[in-house]
Amino acid sequence: MSRPPRAITIAILAMGGEGGGVLADWIVDMAEHNGYLAQTTSVPGVAQRTGATIYYVELFPEAAAVAAGKDPVLALMPVPGEVDIVIASELMEAGRAVQRGLVTPDRTTLIASTHRVYSMIEKTHAGDGRIDNAGLLASGAAAARVFVARDFARVAADTGSVISAPLLGALATSGALPFGRAQFEEAIRRAGVGVTASLAAFAAGVAASSAPATSTNGKRRPLPIMTDTAGLDVAPPAGAAIGAERAAPSIGPRVRHLADRVERTFPDASHAVLLAAVPRLADYQDMRYAGEYLDRLDVVRDVDARYGAGDYALLTETARQLALWMSYEDAIRVADLKIRRPRFDRVQAESHATDNQVLHIDEFLHPQVDQVAEILPVRAGRWLLGSRWARAVVGRLTRKGKVLRTTSLFGFLQLYVMAALRPARRRALRFQQEHARIREWLDHVAALARDDYPLALSVAAAPRLVKGYGDTRERGNRNYDLVMAAIPSLRQAPDAAARFRGLCQAALADDSGEKLAAALR
Amino acid sequence: MAERTFTTEVQKLRLGDGAVFHGEGILAVTKALLQAGVSYVAGYQGAPISHLMDVLTDANDILEDLGVHFEHSASEATAAATLAASVNYPLRGAVTFKSTVGTNVASDALANLASGGVEGGALIIVGEDYGDGSSIMQERSHAFAMKSQMWLLDPRPNLPSIVRAVEQGFALSEASHTPVMLELRIRACHVHGRFIAKDNVRPTFTLKNAMEAPRRDTSRIVLPPSSFLHEQEKIHQRWPAAQRFIQQHGLNELFAEGTRDVGIVMQGGMYNTAIRSLELLGLADAFGDAAIPLYVLNVTYPLIDSEVERFCAGKRAILVIEEGQPDFIEQNLHAILRKADIPTKIHGKDVLPMAGEYTAATMITGIHRFVDRYLPDAIDQSRLPSLRRPAAVPAPPSDPTPAPTAEIHPRPPSFCTGCPERPIFTAMKLVERELGQHHMSCDIGCHLFSILPPFNLGATTMGYGLGWAGAAAFNTRETNARTISIMGDGGFWHNGLTSGVGNAVFNQSDSVLVVVDNSYTAATGGQDILSSAASNPIRTTKLSIADAVRGVGVKWVRTVTRTYDVAGMRDVLREALTTPIRGPKVIVAQSECELNKQRRIKPQLAQLAKSGGRVVRERFGVDADACTGDHSCIRLSGCPSLTIKDNPDPLRTDPVATVIDSCVGCGLCGEVAHAAVLCPSFYRSALVTNPSVAERWSARFQRAVIGFLQRGIDRRLAAILG
Repeated sequence: MSRPPRAITIAILAMGGEGGGVLADWIVDMAEHNGYLAQTTSVPGVAQRTGATIYYVELFPEAAAVAAGKDPVLALMPVPGEVDIVIASELMEAGRAVQRGLVTPDRTTLIASTHRVYSMIEKTHAGDGRIDNAGLLASGAAAARVFVARDFARVAADTGSVISAPLLGALATSGALPFGRAQFEEAIRRAGVGVTASLAAFAAGVAASSAPATSTNGKRRPLPIMTDTAGLDVAPPAGAAIGAERAAPSIGPRVRHLADRVERTFPDASHAVLLAAVPRLADYQDMRYAGEYLDRLDVVRDVDARYGAGDYALLTETARQLALWMSYEDAIRVADLKIRRPRFDRVQAESHATDNQVLHIDEFLHPQVDQVAEILPVRAGRWLLGSRWARAVVGRLTRKGKVLRTTSLFGFLQLYVMAALRPARRRALRFQQEHARIREWLDHVAALARDDYPLALSVAAAPRLVKGYGDTRERGNRNYDLVMAAIPSLRQAPDAAARFRGLCQAALADDSGEKLAAALR
Repeated sequence: MAERTFTTEVQKLRLGDGAVFHGEGILAVTKALLQAGVSYVAGYQGAPISHLMDVLTDANDILEDLGVHFEHSASEATAAATLAASVNYPLRGAVTFKSTVGTNVASDALANLASGGVEGGALIIVGEDYGDGSSIMQERSHAFAMKSQMWLLDPRPNLPSIVRAVEQGFALSEASHTPVMLELRIRACHVHGRFIAKDNVRPTFTLKNAMEAPRRDTSRIVLPPSSFLHEQEKIHQRWPAAQRFIQQHGLNELFAEGTRDVGIVMQGGMYNTAIRSLELLGLADAFGDAAIPLYVLNVTYPLIDSEVERFCAGKRAILVIEEGQPDFIEQNLHAILRKADIPTKIHGKDVLPMAGEYTAATMITGIHRFVDRYLPDAIDQSRLPSLRRPAAVPAPPSDPTPAPTAEIHPRPPSFCTGCPERPIFTAMKLVERELGQHHMSCDIGCHLFSILPPFNLGATTMGYGLGWAGAAAFNTRETNARTISIMGDGGFWHNGLTSGVGNAVFNQSDSVLVVVDNSYTAATGGQDILSSAASNPIRTTKLSIADAVRGVGVKWVRTVTRTYDVAGMRDVLREALTTPIRGPKVIVAQSECELNKQRRIKPQLAQLAKSGGRVVRERFGVDADACTGDHSCIRLSGCPSLTIKDNPDPLRTDPVATVIDSCVGCGLCGEVAHAAVLCPSFYRSALVTNPSVAERWSARFQRAVIGFLQRGIDRRLAAILG
């Protein structure tokens, strides 16, 4: 006995405005032109406004309906465990499909774009609140019969189209529908909107999903992600791994001697950080400054050698934080970064500018009295901050933010002159203040390492709390002072390191400081 | 202009006898109205029936050809009152709105209408916004039908059934002199299907005929003694007439009668999901041929006692599939069987949940429980759907790791990229930093997304246009603290002008209202209203909200013409909250809905660029090396185009902020960087297509000098960075 006819079921998980409806319409049109009855439903409403939404399509062979002499009854929503094809326009939406039980190993082809559109929770975290892509990929691989995972957003961007077309391409490649490539393309043509771009993106989607996935280091992976998922190794595909786009530090001739010193006198474990830090600080200030950086770490290295477990975790973390702290962002640094050629090139590339077009770059700067004072020599800076009328005068001049056009000569020169103040930074008020705090922190780290190495390691990471500019930085400084002040009382406790880390987490959890205040109570 | 145009789809409304109509459910309803000879249609937009209004707007010329009048009503109350035209004349009229919220607003008019009854067919098409994707309180329209004794149609969710329900609804209304409600759930409104069309019908009796030969009948007006007679009429004439019509014309459907001694009674709207559930349990095939008797209520109010008695007679038990609560139908069935002394056992809310949407998973579970109890052998236990398969034997501890589960975050709707409402709330966050928190009363509209992260602003919402009314009690001279209320332009014209503004003036409230004026009822799909900035050939627009507010007596009125000016917005809010002037204060915050604006200008700009015109495309960016990864900017914005990415700096671990390609250059990022004194890492790039010759040469010259200076920097960096 032949199996009774049933509908092919397709769920499309997307976010409002992504074109999930267009994808559903293509499928319906293709089916209706090729011997299938089709039904699609959606719940647009406010979900259109960027929220997660689901489109559901059922296809039924017309011949079977003709044979039976009646129309099939098609469902309006997916049944968990009964979905043939799930298309997710983003990786967390793929995870949502799995969570809803729509993806099952006995029948579901899961086609997912591996790019991430971060949730509000992930985006607003003061540190790093992103969830692990590998977990999402693994859950997709474990749940699906066939899992096609590629960065289709990139494919769409590369072809100047939107994601629905490459996803349709992947659907064509998957063979999950009884239609050939020409039939897919005909549906795009019949829709009549942006046909050329959509066809190109469709073809790119076909190509991307046909080729085996490449791993993060660019080598061919022996196992394509698209496969029967049994035994699939689910390492993230290209670009998915955090830090994938980072370049190895390169060393110029003038800092060679310092790099040599690093390689000669510091343990291997710390080299990556130190070799990134040394040119950064030489660029930030001068060679001497980079040398001073290493001088300070000599002490930490010796302490770590004596009290550490041999992995030099304390040295590495301290070196990382010290390099960041010593290259704090003042007006000179910001100006210096804004006027560089590679930065101009980056903006040019980002805006897809061609030679026939003109590109202007406008900076949004808002120096305030404090930022002016901090780059003045110590005494002048103190005077400015202390003098009521000087403050008022400068305050009036800086009350409103400035928009500076860096691509104009006038704007460029202002930043150029500011950046040229670099040598004067050593005498500046902020320099003195920051370095006093740095010394205090380093003394703490070195002293703590002797008694409580894990606590020292946590304290070494504490400068992470201080980030941003203006008010944000002030708040960070306050939080930092609060957690550092808690150290003496924490040292009595057996799990001081964990508690200290808890305080740091609380400090990063909100802008109001409420969580930290509660944690300190 | 609505955000979606149906100019191509409306041509389907012209289809004649025998042609196959392919399309969306809501479009099919429109076609059915024309086939039924409707004389007038009115309504108020809102998901899931917004498209019905939009289709009719785009089909205005077709409607005029048929002599059909179509209105965008000021509110659902207006729409319902419009049906008064069918009281004295044989005019078929239909109105539509979102339910239950729209029905709430409409119920005064509906109750009056239902009391006096109608001569011409009166159809109320309610989009039942219940379950997944709903944006309102979870209630049933059923109660409205019961309280006013209007008949409630709930057809099977396929296009032929829906179209038939429209035709039958008019006929039922006329046969029983009662307005009829047609309930369509969200998915039915948006279902794509097909049906065989009929010719459109031009009404034989038209609005013109009525206006030129007016009629009146005081016995149709709700005033004693007629109002008492109406109640008697409902019970003694209209109710039996309706039951007769429903029975004679077979509005309810019976399937597989006689196959078993148990059966299932369901609302028509539940049919497709129920059939799929039965199919998966092996009790039906794909064509709906069931192995268990089904009684499908395409009319859920009133029930037909004799049909119920006949269906239940000789059955051990029935299952009632009735979505939502209270369980009106189940209670009614109990009463019918009890009175008829029929011992059939009734199951419903015992095997199915009392509250919440009946998803396929829910329904399979409920039906399975019922069938297992009464027909244990009817289901092949070896071929259960995966959902109902008994859990596998617990794996031994040595089994490989369990299936990975990833952390999935909710992704609620939010302000779109470039939304002009976002900066209003950014400004409020900045004012909050200075002045502390204020009690905030919200309204209905996209602006209600302010209650979600990252803004977390707003305490209550009491309904459309009721933002300021929701703060009415906070009116005391014992404090100088002021409340802030929000109202959209849609809610303002719907009723807020009187319920909020007039009320605040009359009661001498010392509080602040922000009217979000984005040129459309944006949340419902961008329909025009009185204050829309665009010209509309069939509507009057461009009227000022500020003038209207002054007209009802508000003295303190400020208009912000560009909401993206965060500093300006913040200053106005601060002034409103701190000024010594007492009394109601209104801030009109204007900027066009970006979603609609982009749809409007994108093709225009593309055309301009193509024809050699100068076009500037602005967008924002973040310098990753100046960004420290604290994400303050995101916490003050939440824009979908402002997100995070891996930190390219090898020494930093926290992700940096980044602006993606979808940025429309609304300017908020720059304004926030300034107003909140955030950080200097934001920049705006302005890409000029077809620049003038002077512009090109000037840019070239400046770039040359800059390039020379950059070469010096390059040399220094090369020595350090390699």
